Amino acid sequence: MSSRLHAEDLTLSYEQRIVAEGLDVRIPDESFTVIVGPNACGKSTLLKALARLLKPRQGTVFLDGRAISQYSAKQVAHRLGMLPQTPIAPNGITVGDLVARGRYPHQSLLQQWSREDESIVAEAMRLTEVLELSNRFVAELSGGQRQRVWLAMVLAQQTPILLLDEPTTFLDIAHQIEVLDLCADLHEQGRTLVAVLHDLNLACRYADHLIAMKAGTIVAQGHPAEVVTAELVREVFGMDCRVIDDPETGTPLVVPAGRVARRKALTTVRTG
Amino acid sequence: MSSTASRTLRIGRASTRVDVRAVVLVTALLLLTLGIATLSLTSGDFPVPVADVIRSLTGRGDTGTDFIVLTLRLPRVLCALLVGAALGVSGAIFQSLTRNPLGSPDFIGLTMGATTGALVVILLRAGDSGEVAVGALVGCTLTALAMYLLAYRRGAQGFRLILIGVGIGAMLDAFNSFLITRARLDEAVAAQRWQVGSLNGRGWEDVRPVGAALLVLLPIALVYARRLTMLTLGDEAATALGVPVERSRFALFAVSVGLAAVATAAAGPISFVALAAPQLARRLTGTAGSGLLAAAVTGGFLLIAGDWAAQRVMPGNNLPVGVATGAVGGVYLCWLLVHEWRRKA
Amino acid sequence: MVAPAVDVPQTVPETPRRRETARVAGLLVALLLLAVVLMLSLAIGARSIPLGTSWRLLWHDDGSAPAAILHDLRIPRTLIGLLVGASLGLSGGLMQALTLNPLAEPGLLGVNLGASTGVVIAIAFAGVSTLDGYIWFAFAGAGLTSVAVFVLGSTGRSANPERQVLAGIAITAVLGSFVYGVLVTKPDVFDRYRFWDVGSLGDLRPSSGAQVLPFVLVGIVLALALGPALNALALGEETGRALGAHIFRTRALGMLAVTLLCGAATAAAGPIWFVGLAVPHIARMVTGPDQRWILLYSMILAPALLLAADVIGRVVVAPSELEVGIVTAFLGAPVFIALARRRRVSEL
Repeated sequence: MSSRLHAEDLTLSYEQRIVAEGLDVRIPDESFTVIVGPNACGKSTLLKALARLLKPRQGTVFLDGRAISQYSAKQVAHRLGMLPQTPIAPNGITVGDLVARGRYPHQSLLQQWSREDESIVAEAMRLTEVLELSNRFVAELSGGQRQRVWLAMVLAQQTPILLLDEPTTFLDIAHQIEVLDLCADLHEQGRTLVAVLHDLNLACRYADHLIAMKAGTIVAQGHPAEVVTAELVREVFGMDCRVIDDPETGTPLVVPAGRVARRKALTTVRTG
Repeated sequence: MSSTASRTLRIGRASTRVDVRAVVLVTALLLLTLGIATLSLTSGDFPVPVADVIRSLTGRGDTGTDFIVLTLRLPRVLCALLVGAALGVSGAIFQSLTRNPLGSPDFIGLTMGATTGALVVILLRAGDSGEVAVGALVGCTLTALAMYLLAYRRGAQGFRLILIGVGIGAMLDAFNSFLITRARLDEAVAAQRWQVGSLNGRGWEDVRPVGAALLVLLPIALVYARRLTMLTLGDEAATALGVPVERSRFALFAVSVGLAAVATAAAGPISFVALAAPQLARRLTGTAGSGLLAAAVTGGFLLIAGDWAAQRVMPGNNLPVGVATGAVGGVYLCWLLVHEWRRKA
Repeated sequence: MVAPAVDVPQTVPETPRRRETARVAGLLVALLLLAVVLMLSLAIGARSIPLGTSWRLLWHDDGSAPAAILHDLRIPRTLIGLLVGASLGLSGGLMQALTLNPLAEPGLLGVNLGASTGVVIAIAFAGVSTLDGYIWFAFAGAGLTSVAVFVLGSTGRSANPERQVLAGIAITAVLGSFVYGVLVTKPDVFDRYRFWDVGSLGDLRPSSGAQVLPFVLVGIVLALALGPALNALALGEETGRALGAHIFRTRALGMLAVTLLCGAATAAAGPIWFVGLAVPHIARMVTGPDQRWILLYSMILAPALLLAADVIGRVVVAPSELEVGIVTAFLGAPVFIALARRRRVSEL
């Protein structure tokens, strides 16, 4: 399993507070990797470090064999695309303009808008189905539409590796599936995707490589079918559950233990 | 795809997007500005007909008209246009850097620093106008440096720059008041007058530095303009798209400060041009580009129109242009108020 | 497999009684501090009177020159300083609570300059030149400015601290150049209201204190009464409303209190900056986030701060004196910068 993107012995800190230590991560090429874990376990921080948005206190992130810090900003932007958790849309910007900004790493002072740029942007908007919205203001769109526009922008960047930080937060279930289906399409076309998701079941459905984190350490890495068990969920999330096969996709489905069952288990502990 | 008014300009492999509507509007504004400039050249204590003005400008006028037009009025008009342009560009850069429409170099202590520098020269060294200008430049630059250093904490984010600038500005304001109260009466009057920007009595020695600075700094700003637009997407998205964020921010900050410093050294602290000009320019050009050139033209327009109005409204009183731009600021703020009120209602 | 037992938190949170004791103790310390500063304000000046003598002369006016200085100059000045300080400190606490902006204070947000511009308009255009008359214009100015800053300084539903500060500066700049324009054309206004841009406690008519007292008292009562409502507001608009707080009414009454307090203070002494900024933060360190206590502390610590600044102004360039507005700006700006440096990324 080759990995263009991997990290060794990462220690990550955020404003003097150490968030993770000694992390070794390999992102398999052409995989759809999802990082899961409870709140404040360091998953977003890890993603940011992989995207070189955060400088690790110790350890190195490697991209295509070299330390990521040795590349220039534009060189990394040719290989890695990132969708941040809360992207900022400038006031009054239209969809077309925003997606066009994704072409920045491929442009220069003299070549500001080549024919290639034009066609790639159009294609990106077609893939994400926002072509008809091209002249609308981003601020007017719904949450799901906006997320697709940001995805289009990252797509226009044309990178083989895409990093997505919680792309489904604030979206309702239908839009979550919509966005993740789109990600699955992109994955099928040969891209490597790394996403942070907070919904474990959705992660199991879409990922072919799962990284489970807790309190700054990686508890398990591997295919969801092999990795996601009731023991893992208990260890990572502190929750009792049953793991069954999703009737729709066959992937692991986590079913939390019911209130009555949990109460019974507790009383058994106390009296037993 | 691209907005309907946008056309692509291609020469060989070079290409750029051009918003036709924006170009038309900005050119119209430029013509209007030149018109007002010409008007300013004709009017005053000794009215000069337009034909004579043009004759003087093309070198065929008589000595009398030449003196009035070329020595008295032209430097003032040029000063207004150049200082206005410098302030407009400085403001546009700043508003994009801070992602805040209220982000303006005059609010964050830069012009206060220039004033302190100028006052130190006026009151402690009794310097002439050239030395005062140098003092203003030094004061502004030192203030900007202090601001950047104090605001730097894993990067000098826009909001921190603003707040620290306001704090430094307040301190310098108090210091300026202190200097003035310690001064002799005639010096104090001159000092107080300097505190409100004015174009009175500006000569060629004031125009040259501003012109030179614009010639050097504006091209640099234009080269960094694309990075400026990318920075408005937020630090994370900009880094992901390959913009060296901290380096670009520093360079743009330096250019913005340089332009504001030179402008203040030439004409004193003129407020609100740097605030309102970029916003007005945005109305003309939309958000596609960085709007730097449009801001330059709009800044020049606001200042020359303001100066012309200040001289007409109270003839003989020599009202400093800073008061007129204050009125512009007031109108702009009222408009912003109504706009924000409606947005929330 | 045995399910793990529920974790019991090892650390016990600070007992409520300990905090109550700290609050009361702190209050006594604050009162003591205020008393000390009051005495210094009475004693120190161009002609300083020894503390013991001041204390004696305070109660027995024996007609001597020092007694005259004390009773005709220092006592009125100190009383006005007390009122102005209490008003500004309370306003600062109120504004910080109303706008959830830890950097808010009436000078910085332009409210004081708004009041002062009202006074200038009164003298220049309405021919009103007594405190009784122009104080109403001061209220109008303060009120309008507060509303303007609040509207300009919010993005969407919540107030944005940086935008508010900038809005305040913008308004200050507009008003400043407006007043300058007025002064250029009507210089006699300058004589009637010399401290239109930087506040001072010197050269005040002794009756000023008595004239603003009723308004300040109403403002104080209103502010302190809003304490519980402000506690609810601190949880955010929606949570507050869910808890039964009337958001709009609280904000309106709060702004009314700020208008009264700042208008009165500025009409009497001119605009003074930064007094209301640090004091609520210092108070919070002892009292915790209970607005009732923060406001009470602010009311006592702020006059101490103001009078201390006034004393410094009298000492630093003796025999002349430095306006208190200059000293507070000099002392307060570094505090503001320190607070600003501590803020995390808040904007979106």
